[in-house]
Amino acid sequence: MSTTTTKSAFWTGVRDGAPFMVVAGPFALLFGVLATEAGLSVFEVMSFSLVVIAGAAQFTALQLMQDQAPTVIVLISALAVNLRVAMYSAALTPYLGGAPLWQRIFAAYLLVDQSYALSHARFDADPQMTVPARMAYYFGTCTLVMATWFGCSYLGAALGTALPPGIPLDFALPIAFLSMVAPMMRTLPHLVAAGVAVVVSLLAVPVPYSLGLLIAGISGMAAGAQTELWLQRRGAA
Amino acid sequence: MIDTGTLWLVIILLGIGSFLLRFTFIGFVGNRPLPPWLLRHLRYTAVAILPALCAPLVVYSGEGGSTDPTRLAAAIVTVGAGMATRNVFAAIGAGAFALFVLVYVIG
Repeated sequence: MSTTTTKSAFWTGVRDGAPFMVVAGPFALLFGVLATEAGLSVFEVMSFSLVVIAGAAQFTALQLMQDQAPTVIVLISALAVNLRVAMYSAALTPYLGGAPLWQRIFAAYLLVDQSYALSHARFDADPQMTVPARMAYYFGTCTLVMATWFGCSYLGAALGTALPPGIPLDFALPIAFLSMVAPMMRTLPHLVAAGVAVVVSLLAVPVPYSLGLLIAGISGMAAGAQTELWLQRRGAA
Repeated sequence: MIDTGTLWLVIILLGIGSFLLRFTFIGFVGNRPLPPWLLRHLRYTAVAILPALCAPLVVYSGEGGSTDPTRLAAAIVTVGAGMATRNVFAAIGAGAFALFVLVYVIG
């Protein structure tokens, strides 16, 4: 694909991104519904989805605001959940770092799991790609996913008030999060990190200002990192 | 209910914060590599924070902070299905199905 023009790179990106509409759609829909149930207006829901574009962080912020957690804790927790985008940004820098600043600003705004995963794989497989072609491909992967994200957020918000009462929506969030996390449990350090985080979070429930979440999260991360080191040392010995 | 002022503060600051997370490297840091110890911890953020957020919601899901067996069972089904299939939507489907069956059929 070294002959890729900018235009064809964009459309290749659009095509490659299409299947991910199925992933983004339901989460946006769920966010719209839950946020409306929590009392947000359609305008507030759309602003949230447009400004933040991060499913897990939005769910986290919504839950903690409903728990009346202090704003600082809401922000730190939601950003911690979204920390992985900083790693995506680092991983894409060697490929996109040479683009003009205004393009990098837009690229940063649109950096989500899907645009990262597709673009990184493509750039890695095709080192001949020019920087403009890479940017075009990158924006292509975002197009349908973002349209779906905003469209389904709206649909969820519009639908939210129309749902019959009695649906156990309170538990939609734990199910969504556990579904996101369970497939990530690939290695022992991942399991240890999650296990320690769960135990500490339960013990830390009485800790004020919802600080328990941060304590549990950091404990889990440290436990995962230590387990990884321990496995390395054992493998080397 | 969520206070409107707080909500907009969170939306705006979270938007700025999320943007900075995304922009840091692509915009400021360039190609400098991160220290290994930091990467080693960052690898486990999602698998630590998300379960830590869910655990109290699952365990204290009943009236007045008791444990609701139907919700606990639905959570276990979700995690089991997710680990067995490695598929987010299979896990959501299994968890939602289990919750509906337990809540409506058993009570």
